Amino acid sequence: MSALTMNVEFGAKIPVDRGIEQVAVVEATAAPAKEKKMEKTLTAPAEPGTPFTERLAGFGRAVLPPLLGMVILIGIWYIATMKGGSIPGPLQTWDAATLLFADPFYQNGPNDQGIGWNILSSLQRVGVGFGFAAVVGIPLGFILGRSAFLSAMVNPIISLLRPVSPLAWLPIGLLVFQRADPAATYTIFICSIWPMIMNTAQGVQRVPQDYLNVARVLALSEWKVVTRILLPAVLPYILTGIRLSIGTAWLVIVAAEMLTGGVGIGFWVWDEWNNLKVEHIIIAIFVIGIVGLILEQSLILLARKLTKESS
Amino acid sequence: MSGAHNMEKFVQVQTVGQTFDTKKGKFVALRDINLTIKQGEFVALIGHSGCGKSTLLNLIAGLTKPTAGVLLLEDREIAGPGPERAVVFQNHSLLPWLTCFENVYLAVERVFGTKEGKPKLRDRTAAAISLVGLDHACSKYPHEISGGMKQRVGIARALSMEPKVLLMDEPFGALDALTRAKLQDELMRICEATKATTVMVTHDVDEAVLLSDRIVMMTNGPAATIGEILEVNLPRPRHRLTLAHDPDYIGHRAAVLEFLYEKQAHVEKQAA
Repeated sequence: MSALTMNVEFGAKIPVDRGIEQVAVVEATAAPAKEKKMEKTLTAPAEPGTPFTERLAGFGRAVLPPLLGMVILIGIWYIATMKGGSIPGPLQTWDAATLLFADPFYQNGPNDQGIGWNILSSLQRVGVGFGFAAVVGIPLGFILGRSAFLSAMVNPIISLLRPVSPLAWLPIGLLVFQRADPAATYTIFICSIWPMIMNTAQGVQRVPQDYLNVARVLALSEWKVVTRILLPAVLPYILTGIRLSIGTAWLVIVAAEMLTGGVGIGFWVWDEWNNLKVEHIIIAIFVIGIVGLILEQSLILLARKLTKESS
Repeated sequence: MSGAHNMEKFVQVQTVGQTFDTKKGKFVALRDINLTIKQGEFVALIGHSGCGKSTLLNLIAGLTKPTAGVLLLEDREIAGPGPERAVVFQNHSLLPWLTCFENVYLAVERVFGTKEGKPKLRDRTAAAISLVGLDHACSKYPHEISGGMKQRVGIARALSMEPKVLLMDEPFGALDALTRAKLQDELMRICEATKATTVMVTHDVDEAVLLSDRIVMMTNGPAATIGEILEVNLPRPRHRLTLAHDPDYIGHRAAVLEFLYEKQAHVEKQAA
């Protein structure tokens, strides 16, 4: 008995950093012995007794290489643009950026708004299109995952449509909605929905047979099967789908807005190109990159938090 | 139909056969299985791996349907899985996102939820967990407890449903010898207290002799069937230490070993 009680105490602190990996569910059922070992190795270096220099070295290892990479990138950029030419150097761009971000939320009519507004309206489009894709795609994925017949029926269509650039759908969107704004949102919907359907369906198909056998022996209602077994088991897959889609959605919105115009970071890039303000385009590239990074990272954080609660 | 009739023929397996369709054509897993289980009886199914003992258990559970013959529980055909035939799975099959308590509660709620209020359901859950001695682990998640504890939660979940038949598929197969012995003792105590009709698949001869009223020994697959049935008439309660020197126990053990390793010994050749 003593061996068992010891395990109980161990269990209390087991780190659940398996995060959003697709195998999270499977791993949770694996032998606890592994996790015990893992815990030991994880907690040991975090002891407060670790020498200060050791931690400083760890910090340096984590921060130094990325920092160096950035410095080299900017260095190359600086050298390449030193002799002048059409592309502005880092210093010019920095000056333009401080000016631009001094007042990001000004409004001089519909075609001249601060960069803050442009980012926000792009994000809004992504959010709406993405939200609709989740509302449609996740349940659809569930249905396809549960029914072999429907899956066989719909899969060829999905395989056909998935490689199509979402921008090819833009004219259809313009035709249907008659306005640029919903057409851009619709493009986001199209590009986000495939990963959501595919990942959810795959997750449902990969729910371990053991769990489904439990459901069958207990003769659970379909509602209980979905809420108690399928949803938690599929959640890591859904979150992977969401993470993949948000990346694509953010890629596509820039292109879509270039074509539709209005307010948005993509349109702004195009507008600045027409104004030949190249330093603003470079700023936009950085901004788009940073926003995309934040989107993805916050989804990874969310996924980690959710799977922690559910596993 | 009298009660005594039901007591004697609680579970009936009648000329059951199971054939699977595989890529290489039909595979006959089981043929001509005839078995009658009394109410309150503890039956072990033993045989070499691949002899279809788990297949037979799944048939009684209703998880698979026989391709020939019929299975009855209390004279009614077993048409599908259901909570009156609870299964303890080999790999515990606890839902990792639910605590031990919630795992058992899910079963309790399903079986008694329509008739009883939440406090009563919680009492039942707590009682089942208590029965396997895990009160302290109620709020733990499966990944936070040991393999033996997980298996005990699996048993608690099955028992909490107050099943007519308790089906166990090598429940202690993945555990170390000491934990296994402890859980066997616990299972004997629980079965005596609840008078549960139990069918257990095992490949452990000692486990079979220690726990069972009857040992059903199966021939090697493919097309496996029941080879011999051994009555174990050892008095209960049984204690593993006293039994170790009991001539009856040793005799039963020898009989099973003889069946497995002399009469059905050709399994290695077939596998190779």
